[in-house]
Amino acid sequence: MRKAIAVARKELRQIARDKVTLFMLLFIPAFLLVLYGYALNFDVRHVTLAVQDRDATAESRAVVSAFVNSGYFDFTARVGGEGEIESLMDRNAVRAALVIPEGFGRRLRQAHSPTVQVIIDGDNANIANTVVGYATRILGSVSGPTVSAASTVAPPLSLETRIWYNSELRSALFLVPGLIAYIAMITAVVSTALSIVREKENGTMEQIRMAPLGPAAYVVGKSIPYFLLSLAGELLIVLVSMALFDLPMRGSWGALILVISLFLFGALGTGLFVSTVAETQQVAFQMSLLLAYLPTLMLSGFIFPISSMPQVLQIITYVVPARYFLVALRGIVLKGSALATLGVPMGAMVIYAVIVLGLASVRFARQHG
Amino acid sequence: MPAIDVQHLTRRFGKFVAVDDVSFRVGEGEIFGFLGANGAGKSTTIRMLCGLLRPTSGTALVGGVDVSRDAEGVKRRIGYMSQRFSLYESLTVEENIRFFAGLYGLSEERYAERRRFALEMAGLEGRETMITRQLSGGWRQRLALGCAILHEPPILFLDEPTGGVDPISRRQFWRLIDQLAGEGVTILVTTHYLDEAERCGRVAIMHAGRLIGIGTVAEVKQVFADRPIVEVRVDQPVAAMQALDAMPEVEKTSLFGTAVHAVLKTPRAADVPVADRLRAAGLQVQSLVTVPPSLEDVFLDMIEKAGAR
Ligand SMILES: Nc1ncnc2c1ncn2[C@@H]1O[C@H](COP(=O)(O)OP(=O)(O)OP(=O)(O)O)[C@@H](O)[C@H]1O
Ligand SMILES: [Mg+2]
Repeated sequence: MRKAIAVARKELRQIARDKVTLFMLLFIPAFLLVLYGYALNFDVRHVTLAVQDRDATAESRAVVSAFVNSGYFDFTARVGGEGEIESLMDRNAVRAALVIPEGFGRRLRQAHSPTVQVIIDGDNANIANTVVGYATRILGSVSGPTVSAASTVAPPLSLETRIWYNSELRSALFLVPGLIAYIAMITAVVSTALSIVREKENGTMEQIRMAPLGPAAYVVGKSIPYFLLSLAGELLIVLVSMALFDLPMRGSWGALILVISLFLFGALGTGLFVSTVAETQQVAFQMSLLLAYLPTLMLSGFIFPISSMPQVLQIITYVVPARYFLVALRGIVLKGSALATLGVPMGAMVIYAVIVLGLASVRFARQHG
Repeated sequence: MPAIDVQHLTRRFGKFVAVDDVSFRVGEGEIFGFLGANGAGKSTTIRMLCGLLRPTSGTALVGGVDVSRDAEGVKRRIGYMSQRFSLYESLTVEENIRFFAGLYGLSEERYAERRRFALEMAGLEGRETMITRQLSGGWRQRLALGCAILHEPPILFLDEPTGGVDPISRRQFWRLIDQLAGEGVTILVTTHYLDEAERCGRVAIMHAGRLIGIGTVAEVKQVFADRPIVEVRVDQPVAAMQALDAMPEVEKTSLFGTAVHAVLKTPRAADVPVADRLRAAGLQVQSLVTVPPSLEDVFLDMIEKAGAR
């Protein structure tokens, strides 16, 4: 144990001296959060909206006011024909248009699920999709499932992209837990893997292996600093999110720290595993990207909802630890769930951590034997 | 009991035999030099002796401990300095010493004493807070040595310790090695500098995984006992080499700087009128002397013979 502490102390000194790594570990996460958070938060509010109400009934007016009162749209112009919408969009005077066809009110009264058209400027695909989501939700709130939105998005947004992103409404709040997972992956996996592989590259690893130091002491000593730093980085993100994005922290801090720690064990294990395979920092970085970072981004439900993925991908998500982490984190932060209700995601994270740490330790011990 | 006792040590990597049936013994307090071209298997041998790499077959006892049975026991008894510079460059001198002391589990009192020793040995007193990266090559090398012997190991493995270091620093370094050996430390050192090899008590020459020569420097030079070497200085060395190679009494020639060395097949150099024949070939002979074989001659000769087999 004294030897593990010697390793940890050395590592901390190195990190403290290596300003780039320190910066990466502590501030990049917060920076990314602010960047993503704000991009998602503000760009999609105050969408300028043109309205063409060809029906002019009580029902159609209800739809228009639902849009205007939603807070997402700024009513900008009332127009007569299609041509006007086009010219307004070309001049960037509006980003979206709501078209209510004649007979809307009558069809609604006859329970014929009428259609309204929402035209969105597809310049920025992300915004366009978010707006589709808003529109769908607003229509849903107006009259239950009877009104459906046929949203036409002007090029360059293709039909395909629309299916990908789906039209689920996601707010910054919903994204913060995803960001926390994603950032944990970068800091814990990448920094652990790189720091060990760097020792291989520099030849200091060989020197350490010549010393009477068990693999366990080395691994533990090496992990402690990155665990503590990652945990500090994560808590910093939560605090920043609470201050800037009104993230509610409904659950207990103890539960939060426990869940983050479980996830970090898995992440550190992944980094360790990468370091037993990769011989150069470049390979280690690429492997971390492939093994940890991309799945966390794409397959955890962070950006793309798991329910809308193809069947094969949905199955793969079961082995992505971030999937469980997100469930637990959203539960604690947004809903105030008690730990007792999070048994499944926590169990899954423990299993992942045990497997990956075991695998890495076996490989590591064998290389040191 | 010898400090190092190696019997039929072999290591394969797949089909490739990196170390092939190597046997030798090193006595206590001896400086044992390991010579060999790149890839000869020197580092691989050392890694097995340090308990870092399992031998495919054969045995090695280091400090009486079998490396295959008790690698950790071996590690406690040895010091090792790798071929590559292996301190933490971003840490200070003091932090490096502290870290390695921690790895070997030194107590606080022992640390204080050994730290002083290492600093003094490396000549780094008063520079404890310097970042290691900023040290010159010689200093780093001596600091690395200091860190490798903090735990006072009776046996020391040095793998090319003086690579890339200037001649003065190399001399200083070897003075430290002599001093350690004088205190009874057994030292196995690899080097590509043959002048360093001359300072070793005994040398072993490795080639393609096999040991092709072993003994004191004087002993290995005996391969030239019946084959005198003449050193010729002429105006046209290349033409002289051709002329010499054409003589039946000449075994081979090689260029040593501006001079030509010719190895004769006859035991007595005076029997062959080399100078006369060169003059007859139209060359101006400036000097012609019989020289004792250098270690370089021995090294090249042994490798050539081993390769021809
Ligand atoms: N882990 C390994 N896997 C496969 N081959 C290896 C391994 N380690 C060494 N070798 C091979 O074994 C041979 C001997 O290598 P070794 O490092 O022992 O040579 P060396 O005598 O120390 O050379 P140098 O003077 O360049 O340090 C080389 O051909 C090398 O490629
Ligand atoms: Mg070597």
